[in-house]
Amino acid sequence: MSHETATAAGTLHAQGSDHDHDPIHAQSWNPLFRYVFSTDHKVIAIQFLFSGLIFFVFGGLMAMAIRWQLAWPGRPMPILADALWSGQGYRMPPEFYNKLFTMHGTVMIFLVIIPILAGAFGNFTIPLMIGARDMAFPKLNMLSYWCMPFAFVAFLNSFLVIGGAAEAGWTSYPTLANSPWSTPGSLNGQTWWLIGLLFAGVSSLMGSINYITTILMLRAPGMTMFRMPMTVWAMFITAILQAFALPVLTSALVMQLLDRTAGTNFFSPSNWSVANGPSVVGGGQPLLWQHLFWFYSHPAVYIMILPAMGIVSDVISTFSRKPLFGYKPMIFAIGAIAGLGFLVWGHHMFQSGMNPALGATFMLSTMLIALPSAIKVFNWLGTMWGGRIQFTAAMLNAMGFVSMFIIGGLSGIFMAATPVDMHIHDTYFIVAHIHYVLFGGSTFAIFAAIYYWFPKMFGRMMDERVGKIHFVLTFLTFNGTFFLMHIIGMHGHPRRIADPTVYPFLAGAGIVGMNRFMTLSAFGLGLSQILFAGNFLYSLVLGKKAEANPWKANTLEWATDSPPPYYNFQTIPTVYHPAYEYSVPGVVGDYLPQTEPRPPIAGPLDPIMA
Amino acid sequence: MRYWSLVFGVVGVACVACFAYAPFDPEWWLPAGPDATLGHLHSASTVGKEIDALFVIILWITGVVFIGTQVALVWACWKFADGPGKVAVYFHGSQRLELIWTILPAIALVFITYYQFGTWASVKFKSARPDVTPVAEVTGRQFQWMIRYPGRDGKFKTADDLYTINDLHFVKDQKTLIHLQAKDVIHSFFLPALRIKQDAVPGLKIAVWFDADQAGHYELVCAELCGWGHGRMRGNVTVHATQGEFDEWLKQLEKEQGRDQIVGAEAAVAQVEGR
Repeated sequence: MSHETATAAGTLHAQGSDHDHDPIHAQSWNPLFRYVFSTDHKVIAIQFLFSGLIFFVFGGLMAMAIRWQLAWPGRPMPILADALWSGQGYRMPPEFYNKLFTMHGTVMIFLVIIPILAGAFGNFTIPLMIGARDMAFPKLNMLSYWCMPFAFVAFLNSFLVIGGAAEAGWTSYPTLANSPWSTPGSLNGQTWWLIGLLFAGVSSLMGSINYITTILMLRAPGMTMFRMPMTVWAMFITAILQAFALPVLTSALVMQLLDRTAGTNFFSPSNWSVANGPSVVGGGQPLLWQHLFWFYSHPAVYIMILPAMGIVSDVISTFSRKPLFGYKPMIFAIGAIAGLGFLVWGHHMFQSGMNPALGATFMLSTMLIALPSAIKVFNWLGTMWGGRIQFTAAMLNAMGFVSMFIIGGLSGIFMAATPVDMHIHDTYFIVAHIHYVLFGGSTFAIFAAIYYWFPKMFGRMMDERVGKIHFVLTFLTFNGTFFLMHIIGMHGHPRRIADPTVYPFLAGAGIVGMNRFMTLSAFGLGLSQILFAGNFLYSLVLGKKAEANPWKANTLEWATDSPPPYYNFQTIPTVYHPAYEYSVPGVVGDYLPQTEPRPPIAGPLDPIMA
Repeated sequence: MRYWSLVFGVVGVACVACFAYAPFDPEWWLPAGPDATLGHLHSASTVGKEIDALFVIILWITGVVFIGTQVALVWACWKFADGPGKVAVYFHGSQRLELIWTILPAIALVFITYYQFGTWASVKFKSARPDVTPVAEVTGRQFQWMIRYPGRDGKFKTADDLYTINDLHFVKDQKTLIHLQAKDVIHSFFLPALRIKQDAVPGLKIAVWFDADQAGHYELVCAELCGWGHGRMRGNVTVHATQGEFDEWLKQLEKEQGRDQIVGAEAAVAQVEGR
């Protein structure tokens, strides 16, 4: 008996008593509790996925409106001009532009990327991949989703209140954000923004507690921590990040809410008046908000990229038919990113008036966080190297992630360098960076995850050919939309301005031409997603029936039916080895599910790498 | 289907091409000063020259890494594409490679960091603040830059102070110091051609210093979202060729704002009092 089967048997024995009375409760017959207020992690995952995709459309349409305005400032926009601004010469008012980018960022980050990556795929994959019947706290899981509709309503309602939606950017810096008089969106919209974000935050917090507990307590026999797939590791570390960072955001949100509604002065200086409004007693500090906000929101960037990294690791290994290169170093790299992620928030504040000596230390920690990211990229390339790459739609999107994340990672080095950041801070260079990380990175990973797990989620295959066309169009138009932002950014084009041509140095044919090119690419990017939506909806109903393991992958979710039955597994599987045993010598076929022992001929696993 | 590598290859080449073309087009490169004869690669300020050099160093380092990793990706895609008779290697990783690609980037990153410190200190640290009289007090307000010049006595908040809106003047080749404040919300004082950026924060008075080696007109940009009019919060900066030209402009301003009378009166009073 080899070493690892002995461990597996030992673990099996230790947990044996739990599984003697393995309770399988009957599924509720009532559709209300079966599909709406369900406690089944798979249903909750699909709820997160659907609401996330719906808001993806909403956030994307706002992006189109933003791009229109930047390419043709002041030219009447189709549809919106007639509907909203017929009394104002059909021109988009600048405050509406501010609402657009504020809500575009907020929706995409808090209602799309975090809920889809952590909410949908965290929920779906964790119990299935570790061999559990459900989350540790199914009712808490349900509550975590049903916090989100309050956020949806708050954000949507903010467009309807007097003054309209928030206008202070997704970062909502006081004193712009906490003074009701400062701008129309601060009148009421900002309060709704804070309420919406509080609910989204509480939802994530409940989810993260559930994820941590589930992963620590409910792993199948033999599923040691170092046999978990990268997706689960990434979700685990992401959940820890959320659990530690979110309370800080929550308190900051409450403080700003109190500043706005209860007359506190956390963020206003002494005797302060904005826009000739009544002055407040003050005594607070606007920079305090930035520290608190970024103490969450920088880790939030990793909350949005770590699950993507985990998913991409699984997809790349599966479709390279090769073990993941450096499994354990990959885990330590994620851990290092999470740890350092708490020490870099000040790099958002280099030009904010924070002590520049502190900025210098944040420069060092920020540079160092590029290191584990680089290690991960090299390991993905190493995984593909020597593999037998199958270009499925999921794999192409995962490779798109790697290729684009490299750009997002490298452009981060420019802004980590404090003197260079002095020039590019608050320009389109930053906008390019964040979109290469969050679209080029997270969103391509979301596409990869959807193509990869769609058969497991819905029991039907997505159309691969349409998926590939969608990938090519998305990949090309994405780069057309965002790459030139580096160029106009280094030329000094500030972000968040409704009309760049106000500045003579941005009104030349070159910059205007680039802005128009980016806008046309953005429209192409938007239109390409119709293919995806069509493929998704068509396959949902009419797609080819999926077998249990269509990709011939090793992880446990493929060991059960597609879609998995309520309570996931007929019998809880036993795990014999890590998730990435592909092309094992002496095994018929090129994969070896985690439920089957490794053949002795394959030799012992490398204790440091695998 | 090894031809998928072309999709990634084309995008990589296009990205490199953008940055290879950028230095040849003034609108694609870091913004230049008003003197076109110097060429657009010439930055107009001392710190600007340093920042541009640092930018270019990082551009080279990241460019090499970018090309290396994208070539590896495209090559892997081409070479290891699935096909009849292909077998994947059963291989879990190499400790030596992990060490190499941990240590080499670490050295590069620490080098970049160390290389930046000097410039950062010289442009922001209090100890580097030039020992000169501030040329102006700049206050951001929705949606304008209120600028107060100290007048002849070189002191702020005296009767001979002069005021402009969105109009900052200083002298070429002189270390110029301003005091930056905000009156309502956060603004950001951004001189693209001089590579200077500093947020104006409610409740704080922040010293900012810079110089310019070309006389002429520059742009002052508000770089921090400050409300509905943020996009139009633009200021003009005029750099005078000589101190005399600047003094002449101040004298003109005194006359326009009626401060020359005050100055005359104050001088007369001082004479009578024997100061």
